[in-house]
Amino acid sequence: MIDLDTGTFYMLVGTVLFGIGFYGLIAYPHLLRKILAMNIMGIGVFMIFIAAAYGSGEGDPDPVPHALVITGIVVAVCATGLALSLAVQVQALTGSPKLDADKE
Amino acid sequence: MILESEIWLALVVLLPLAGAILTFMAPRYAPQIGTVSGVIVFGAVVALTLAVVESDATRLTVGGWGAPLGIDLVADGLSTLMLLMTAVVGLAITAYAVGYFGESSAHKRAYFWPLWLFLWASMNALFLSGDVFNLYVTLELLSLAAVALTALVGQPAAVQAAMRYMLVGLAGSLMYLMGVAFLYAEIGVLDIMALASVSEATPPVFVSAALITAGLMMKTALFPLHFWLPPAHANAAAPVSALLSALVVKGSFYILLRLWLTVFAPLGDTFAPYVLSALGIGAIIWGSIQALRQPSIKLLVAYSTVAQLGYLFLLIPLLMDDGADRQAVLSGIVYFMIAHAMAKSAAFLSAGNILHALGNDRITSIIGMSRKMPLTITAFALAGISLVALPPSAGFIAKWLLLNEAIDGGQWLLVVVIIAGGLLAAGYVMRVVGPAFRQVADDQLAVANPVVPASMAWSALGLAILAIVLGFTGVYLLDVLDIGVVILTGGEA
Repeated sequence: MIDLDTGTFYMLVGTVLFGIGFYGLIAYPHLLRKILAMNIMGIGVFMIFIAAAYGSGEGDPDPVPHALVITGIVVAVCATGLALSLAVQVQALTGSPKLDADKE
Repeated sequence: MILESEIWLALVVLLPLAGAILTFMAPRYAPQIGTVSGVIVFGAVVALTLAVVESDATRLTVGGWGAPLGIDLVADGLSTLMLLMTAVVGLAITAYAVGYFGESSAHKRAYFWPLWLFLWASMNALFLSGDVFNLYVTLELLSLAAVALTALVGQPAAVQAAMRYMLVGLAGSLMYLMGVAFLYAEIGVLDIMALASVSEATPPVFVSAALITAGLMMKTALFPLHFWLPPAHANAAAPVSALLSALVVKGSFYILLRLWLTVFAPLGDTFAPYVLSALGIGAIIWGSIQALRQPSIKLLVAYSTVAQLGYLFLLIPLLMDDGADRQAVLSGIVYFMIAHAMAKSAAFLSAGNILHALGNDRITSIIGMSRKMPLTITAFALAGISLVALPPSAGFIAKWLLLNEAIDGGQWLLVVVIIAGGLLAAGYVMRVVGPAFRQVADDQLAVANPVVPASMAWSALGLAILAIVLGFTGVYLLDVLDIGVVILTGGEA
């Protein structure tokens, strides 16, 4: 096993989550999947902030990234709300939960 | 009593925010409250500009907290010019919207005013933000307001375009935020100037720069990430199209510009600036060719935006080159942003007038319309002159500044692209102006008596006239740009 310190480990996890989310956003045509994928991307970013707050693990954690993550969550909730309501509108107007260009 | 200049920093954000809430609470009086808010915000931005011109760049520590926990608002010459650009276009769009959203569209009107004032507040906050996280929040607020405005017309095409805009915009903001997270993990501060003072060309900073730049490129619709822009800008309501094309894309470009001048300055001698410049060339050529092929005026104008945004990126290598006159390059880029904002908003507003009067905006419908809609067609033609960059328009001065620096820097490829881009622009502008001025008998017109409300005709014309007149007042604007703008040198310096 490679010996990773905790901060670096969670930073890697955050990067992987971001990558999974980004892949999902591009790969899946269903809007609900895209919106979920975006939230996974966001969680990846928050994880990196938390890892930055932990730092090397010595001493107290840095409170600034916590404040940023809380703000980020608020923004993400608002954005998800708007995206979901738009997706509902797309479904209602076109009868499909996918965008025209993404249909086979 | 003369207020301290820092007060204006808070007011240019708070006033549109207050207006947005009031218009939301009293939808019946939204146009009146919105108009008054527009005038007041414009006044506040002018007051801030005068304060900055008189007493140098200012900084407001909101609530007295200060960095790193608090939020700092900073106004230097660059921020001030951006605020002023937004205020001028914003005031004209406010006047336009009063006529555009009449009694018949009460539902849309009730949502347009709060969303537009929210958008204005987020633009102003973005230009004044002094730290990279606050920039993220304002960028996201700007996107949310812009997406909701795009969907306002409610037609399937517009809602789908808004959905795509939302997804691309969110992916872009998250990439930006990811870059901020890496930057914070590496350096441990968020304030732009504090970051800039310690930032070095290390791998984490490079990764962060790549993420932030890619995210902002998506939001600025730089070729080849422009695919979302034409449907969103062409399907939105006319005043919204003008806002999106003239202002919103400039918000993300402003952040790009600001960060590369400061935090990412140590990366100036890498290949990254050349990538941006190459994509700029692609944007100019691809966008112009697409504009030459579009059947409708709004799509043509939207692709013109794709092309014109390319010019902003063209000279980034010279902006980052210690050997070049970087202040002059920055002047050229900023002047281009302002000139494009005036011309593009005028073009979209006149396209909106055409759509309003004729029921569609197909190029074939406007044959011979110059006689029937003289104000609107004149507005489009004047905006076109600035887009093509014929003297003495603002577009001409902007391109002349860029061309000068490209020649001084020995960048002959860029010189050729700037000139070729002008010729292509002449081609697509003439596709609209040519038919409009054709002489035909009355019975061959698409609509015999097109009607355009006066406020719509005059606000489009007003912006178009500004797009020309600004060409004479360039010196004053560029003097403002010299106030307190920090341009850090890269490499070992």
